[in-house]
Amino acid sequence: MVKLSVNNRNIEAKSGDTILSVLKRNGIKVPTLCHLEGLFPSGACRMCVVEVEGLPGLVPSCAYPVQDGMRIQTHSPRAVRARKTIVELLLADHPDDCLYCVRNGDCDLQNLAEELGVRQRRYAGKKSMHQIDSSSPSLIRDPAKCILCGKCVRVCEEIQGVSAIDFIGRGSRARVGPAFDEGLNVSSCINCGQCVTVCPTGALREQSALKDVIDALNDPGKFVVVQHAPSVSVTLGEEFGIKPGTDMIGAMTTALRRLGFDRVFDTSFSADLTIMEEGSELVKRIREGGPLPLLTSCSPGWIKFVEQFYPELIGHVSSCKSPQQMLGAIAKSYFAEREGIDPARMYSVSIMPCTAKKFEAERPELSSGGLADVDAVLTTREAARLIRMRGLDLNSLPPEPADTPFGERSSAGKLFGVSGGVMEAAARSAHYLLTGEEMADPVIKSLRGLDGIKEATITIGGLELGLAVASGLANARKLLDQIRAGRKDLHFMEVMTCPGGCIAGGGQPVSSDPNAIRARMKSLYAIDTGAANRVSHRNKQIQKIYEEFLGEPLGERSHKLLHTRYVTRDVMI
Amino acid sequence: MAETLTEKKLMVKKAMIGDPVDYFVERHVKEFGESSLTREIWLARKRREEIVRPVLFVGTGTCGLGAGAGRTLKAILRYLTERRVEADVVEVGCIGICVEEPLVDIQLSGKNRLSFRQITEDRVADLLDGVFAGKVPSERVIGQHRNPKAASWDDIPYLDEHPFFAPQTRRVLVRCGLINPRDLEEYVAHGGYRALAETLSRYTPSEVCEQIEKSGLRGRGGGGFPAGLKWKLALQKPADQRYLICNADEGDPGAFMDRAVIEGDPHRLIEGMAIAAYAMGATRAYIYIRAEYPLAISRLDEAIAQARSAGFLGKNLFGSGNDLEIVIKKGAGAFVCGEETALIHSIEGRRGMPRPKPPFPSESGLFGKPTAVSNVETLANVPDILDRGADWFSVIGTETSKGTKVFALSGKIRYTGLVEVAMGTTLRQIVFDIGGGIPENRAYKAVQIGGPSGGCIPEAHLDIQIDYESLKRIGAMMGSGGLVVMDETTCMVDIAKYFMDFIQRESCGKCIPCREGTRRMLEILERITRGRRNENGVDALERFKGVMYLARLASVIQDTSLCGLGKSAPNPVLSTLRWFRDEYEAHIYERRCPAGACPELLTYLIDEDQCRGCTLCAKQCPAEAILGKPKAPHYILPDKCIGCGACVDVCRFGAVNVS
Amino acid sequence: MNPSVQTILDKYVGEGRDSLIPLLQEVQDREGYLSRDALKLIGRHLNLPASKIYGVATFYNQFRFEAVGRYHIQVCRGTACHVKGSAKVLETLTRELKIRPGQTTRDGLFSIEVVACIGACGLAPVIAVNGEFHAGVTPEKIKEILRTYRKQGAEAIHG
Repeated sequence: MVKLSVNNRNIEAKSGDTILSVLKRNGIKVPTLCHLEGLFPSGACRMCVVEVEGLPGLVPSCAYPVQDGMRIQTHSPRAVRARKTIVELLLADHPDDCLYCVRNGDCDLQNLAEELGVRQRRYAGKKSMHQIDSSSPSLIRDPAKCILCGKCVRVCEEIQGVSAIDFIGRGSRARVGPAFDEGLNVSSCINCGQCVTVCPTGALREQSALKDVIDALNDPGKFVVVQHAPSVSVTLGEEFGIKPGTDMIGAMTTALRRLGFDRVFDTSFSADLTIMEEGSELVKRIREGGPLPLLTSCSPGWIKFVEQFYPELIGHVSSCKSPQQMLGAIAKSYFAEREGIDPARMYSVSIMPCTAKKFEAERPELSSGGLADVDAVLTTREAARLIRMRGLDLNSLPPEPADTPFGERSSAGKLFGVSGGVMEAAARSAHYLLTGEEMADPVIKSLRGLDGIKEATITIGGLELGLAVASGLANARKLLDQIRAGRKDLHFMEVMTCPGGCIAGGGQPVSSDPNAIRARMKSLYAIDTGAANRVSHRNKQIQKIYEEFLGEPLGERSHKLLHTRYVTRDVMI
Repeated sequence: MAETLTEKKLMVKKAMIGDPVDYFVERHVKEFGESSLTREIWLARKRREEIVRPVLFVGTGTCGLGAGAGRTLKAILRYLTERRVEADVVEVGCIGICVEEPLVDIQLSGKNRLSFRQITEDRVADLLDGVFAGKVPSERVIGQHRNPKAASWDDIPYLDEHPFFAPQTRRVLVRCGLINPRDLEEYVAHGGYRALAETLSRYTPSEVCEQIEKSGLRGRGGGGFPAGLKWKLALQKPADQRYLICNADEGDPGAFMDRAVIEGDPHRLIEGMAIAAYAMGATRAYIYIRAEYPLAISRLDEAIAQARSAGFLGKNLFGSGNDLEIVIKKGAGAFVCGEETALIHSIEGRRGMPRPKPPFPSESGLFGKPTAVSNVETLANVPDILDRGADWFSVIGTETSKGTKVFALSGKIRYTGLVEVAMGTTLRQIVFDIGGGIPENRAYKAVQIGGPSGGCIPEAHLDIQIDYESLKRIGAMMGSGGLVVMDETTCMVDIAKYFMDFIQRESCGKCIPCREGTRRMLEILERITRGRRNENGVDALERFKGVMYLARLASVIQDTSLCGLGKSAPNPVLSTLRWFRDEYEAHIYERRCPAGACPELLTYLIDEDQCRGCTLCAKQCPAEAILGKPKAPHYILPDKCIGCGACVDVCRFGAVNVS
Repeated sequence: MNPSVQTILDKYVGEGRDSLIPLLQEVQDREGYLSRDALKLIGRHLNLPASKIYGVATFYNQFRFEAVGRYHIQVCRGTACHVKGSAKVLETLTRELKIRPGQTTRDGLFSIEVVACIGACGLAPVIAVNGEFHAGVTPEKIKEILRTYRKQGAEAIHG
């Protein structure tokens, strides 16, 4: 324990803590632009500088450890003037187009300028010239708005293990981008959008599909269906100022219907369908001897990752399409046939917590008869924009139920939204498939929570199954390298691209609340706990679609509509 | 006091694990069959106190080569072959008096060695004809060296009495330009590797650190951190591996001390490194050296190989059980890599961007291991301290700064070159006594010290005694030792602009105040020096506004930047603002450059009476601003003129006037 | 596959990231510049993402991504050279060759590079052509130097 004084108040702190963490714990807010919780401080932005008695310059609180007897002033005129000057300097090389910016009202730089009372253009000068990179199907990079905080670079490298982008050049010509100043589309970018969620400004955003969706909604000749991913109902509310983790499923359905969507479906339904197919695939592989472990295939960032970096493990990946694509595929076949709609007239929209889903929807193999399974993907953020644009207030809309036939779901399907959820759902159904009985306790505690790697061993009918769950691809790398090196005890491995799963996806609301992810997770667990049906195979509509249309899991029709293949990708490594 | 110390050392020498001199003498006796060879004979031979045939020394350091020493060397070799003269030709490093390059020394048997200046290839034959005939061309001679075993030349001054050399205290440079840098034996004959052998046999690592601390040796790279303490901190941190890094990146424009030391006396650095590595417990050391110094790199390569084959490096040094490998890493051109954490990142193969400290490299440095980064000159001081004692070292200097400092003297000064003076010497002594003052009868204006992190010192402060603290007090800093002298034709606003331009290009771009702030400071200075003809109404307003915020910007950059480069980036502006405010004001308010150096603030006029209408200026003008018919007086369009001065350069009649 | 780059890579078997810069230097020494293919090969060899290689290569002044001229002119812009008029030297060069620093003349004969300081301050202002120093240059001297190299270049090409 050390004793120090902050703004003339005495405080106790653990030695070794940084000044910033001590300040936070004591309710003193010092602004940061480059700080990333849990990673080594980079000390780049200098916004968090404080005055420490006896030290010559101002000290970056994010990187400096507290020492006994330290006397700190966090908001002395000198510190505040430094922060203000830094913001002014950033603005001097900024496009100044807040009104046109997607992050208007939700931008760290804008907020700081406001907080610090920036009211004049003190430092005028030349602005750097940059080109916007809109080559990626998922993301747009606008380097002119980039303040070089480096968070995207570090997330891409340290959290995702991808390193598609890095700093380029030096000094005032420094910039962030892929190798050779190329576009993201030819880089190793896996489209996960984690960079977007950490970006303090509008330098990184999703490639928006809003215009296409609005055009489709306005087109009387189109039959527009929409699906929403399991995690979206517990995160959308944050865009409307509602407490993180609040389940807005009813109001959201109402809103989507009022926007003009002809049918509102739930991707959790096709998550149940995925479990039927993938569970059967697992059982088949266990019976027929591999290749094991089976790797999940729901997360499109992860799929591109494995195609690029672990092509020799492609055979391990489940051939199941992701729930988004499964729903798209059966909407344009089973549903269209049943309702007598020409599939070519049908426009399929999905609302996803994810930017990589935009890339996935464009994959040519995820289509049939020349029609894409999914036509447009909106992120949670874009969906919120659409709802606001139409003047709908999510807070006051009466709840409505989803449409049949793809509105019904088990809570197992809903768990797809959180890391470990696919595994739990699969275990429940695999247990039934192997033994004919339900699991006594459907919850596998060790697979829950925000840890990057979670493992469990369960016994089903005398068979011991090794399960592993990874989220954040740097964590996945660790497990994959073990498998590469010969680890043999795993049967099934779930990989989610984003740390914590889809609740923290690259398309989710950019939250300033550090506990938001935890609240979202809790909410999904609560939905599962209170659900009437907690297993995919008891979903009535699932049973019905197999009876009426698909036949059996892994059957011929399933194979054609619900399964896919992968390619080795040679990227600029 | 100094006497007894030496005696003590001599006594100890017998107890050493291995005496490097004995090593070579024995080798000659055993391997080359020179059975009659004694220690004394070998020493006299290798120190060139006694020679059997003439020796010609050519200074082929980088400055020498730049002045044509390569061609001189060829001419000498041709002369010797053609005339069938038996003589040894030795390439040496730089003795420091760059302005007189190419330098050729000649030593005849039994006589003192002579130094000659500006021996370009065309002068070789005359010089050699003369000297071999016993006639020394007095207009080319700089002086004679001292040699206890040879006769002196009459009427030729001693080199150490030359005004350039007399006020110097040469310790680090003592053998530069004198010995053959490619011959380990010569180094040993002059006392080399004695200190290392002794250190390994007599002292524990922490005792070495204490000795260095006691001597008061501070980092010569700029910061002035006590060297012994730095190594002790690394030594005290438990670790399975520690690293010593020698910073030879010498990125300051205007500095070339490290290059000269390495080119002229590479083993001195290696010995210093070996002692420092032992002191901090490192078995692996790196030399981070600029790729722009190919000659220095090859000298080091060779020297490391020689030292290794003699057992002075590698495994089990001098049989002491200690190991040391030295690896050369070529820098790739980034000024910021002079900052130690950036340098470490660069060696690791990363972008050379600094990181926050703590943790300091002594705790977690290269590859996460305790690391000490020391500068070339610091390390080159180490052998003498161990050899002659901490007291010998600290006798010279000021209260806070001990020993000597090497400076690279350049700019508007008569004797450009490398000088080494005792700490506490005044700038006036360096500039006027050693450097010979300002050429062309111009007036002294300032001396820039400390490179881009330093400042400009006006006439009024020429009498301060140089040390780390006194320089800081007047807004400059020691830096690595570049001294650039400026006269009345140098514009101080232009100099500030020059440094800001340098800094904003060399900023790593990581932290915002340095990256964005230096760029804006440069723009403010550019506006001040931009001519009115290229300025529209808003610019004038911005010009005044910029000046108003210059100081505020500077103080925030100093206060918040991540590393030393950023923190000191505003210094050149602040120091010129402090001492040469009137020049700034002339630029801002009167729109004129008193030094006549800022082209856009000059006006050019063709004197109609002088102009013969030769059209040369009109052809040369890059802006097509000169009009006129052939054979008729020309005139300049002021609106088009960009002030480049090309017309002045080409006019053969002196018809273009500048004001 | 670039055979000459491959021979260099073969010397660095089993090496880690700390050999990245030496590798880049050696490849540039051999090839004159760093091609995209060479960078990719280095990346594969060291198992480093291309973005990291490019990030490092663009950080340091030394590395080029385009071929230089037959005569590569380095203009020292150190302090001493500046004080002694290197700005004018550079201006003369750009005017005479009609290229800016970083560019190569159309005939491939000359390229100009501005360097921070080549450490020959005693001889300021200095330029180096293919590593050979020219001391105390003036605009007149520059023209003469260019003439000499032009002649040399023409001889090398035609005869």
